[in-house]
Amino acid sequence: MAAQGEAAGTSTEYINHHLTHFKVGEGFWTWHVDTIFMSVLLGAVAIWMFWSASRKATSGVPGKWQAFVEIVVEFVDTQVKEVFHLDRRFLAPLALTIFVWVFLMNAMDLLPLDLPGIVASWFGIHYWRVVPTADLNTTFAMSLTVFAIVIFYSLKAKGVGGYVHELFTAPFGSNPLLWIPNFVLNLVELLAKPVSLAMRLFGNMYAGELVFMLIALLGASWAGFTIGSSLGMLGQVVMGAAWAIFHILIITLQAFIFMVLTIVYTAMATEHH
Amino acid sequence: MEMAQYVAQIQSFTALALGLMIGLGAIGACIGIGIMGSKFLEAAARQPELIPTLQGRMFLLAGLIDAAFLIGVALAMFFAFANPLLASLSG
Repeated sequence: MAAQGEAAGTSTEYINHHLTHFKVGEGFWTWHVDTIFMSVLLGAVAIWMFWSASRKATSGVPGKWQAFVEIVVEFVDTQVKEVFHLDRRFLAPLALTIFVWVFLMNAMDLLPLDLPGIVASWFGIHYWRVVPTADLNTTFAMSLTVFAIVIFYSLKAKGVGGYVHELFTAPFGSNPLLWIPNFVLNLVELLAKPVSLAMRLFGNMYAGELVFMLIALLGASWAGFTIGSSLGMLGQVVMGAAWAIFHILIITLQAFIFMVLTIVYTAMATEHH
Repeated sequence: MEMAQYVAQIQSFTALALGLMIGLGAIGACIGIGIMGSKFLEAAARQPELIPTLQGRMFLLAGLIDAAFLIGVALAMFFAFANPLLASLSG
């Protein structure tokens, strides 16, 4: 019993260690340095990827890299074109940025679990969470930015007066008695967008990260060449591989969903009721 | 009551809640995915030329359906490893 209790203690410690951010500052001004560093780094990587393709772009036979970038750009542009019918010179690059950036940030989940911690410990840092999208701060920052863009497009399409008019009269009608219910309904609808957008991405990535940690505990229970330990190790390899393959689908899907919902919300904002 | 009993009570209720969160969420997500998948296959069998369009939307919806469940799982996991309800005992 004592040994089991101890094992449970260390496994909880292991997971808590992996769930702790590298923090600087206190209270409201707590900075998650790992999140900020990783997201900026991956943003730079995304920019470099596309810049290197555009620098060597030819109108002749494209290289493999250029063809890949063209496929991604065209894919995103088609998605925007299907839903958003106005001038898309701003929205299409925004959608592309979101897609590539979120995808890269999510893809950090596929790194070996202990690798970031080991690399960080070379620099004397004890905590390093490598998936920026498994931090509510990142996802809410992105979704609130999208929210601001949606509001901006609403104002641009309808004007301040038109937008306020719509907020108070939209679903039920323009009877003064219905102003309050209309407004409450619209407010809930409006606020649900950034919250669901951020929580969806965060929930998926956080759960995915935790499942990787739980799988890693199987191998961490290694205690020499016994049957139990061997089964644990085998389980870690098999389940880790299976979850990682499934996770490739999830990270792509979540990046795609974040992008599509951004487009859809913006398109909805520009439509008149 | 002893402190150990308080802790045990909170942990047992949390464990039950975790089971409910993950289990009920999984039921909902599975039914949703099942209905959507069957409709997709039906539609694909009727009009195979629509498959590319429908496939993209199916994956989008699969992500949307899964999301609520995975948020539940994430919350459940959070409670499993860093139970904030236990914090009031130590304080």
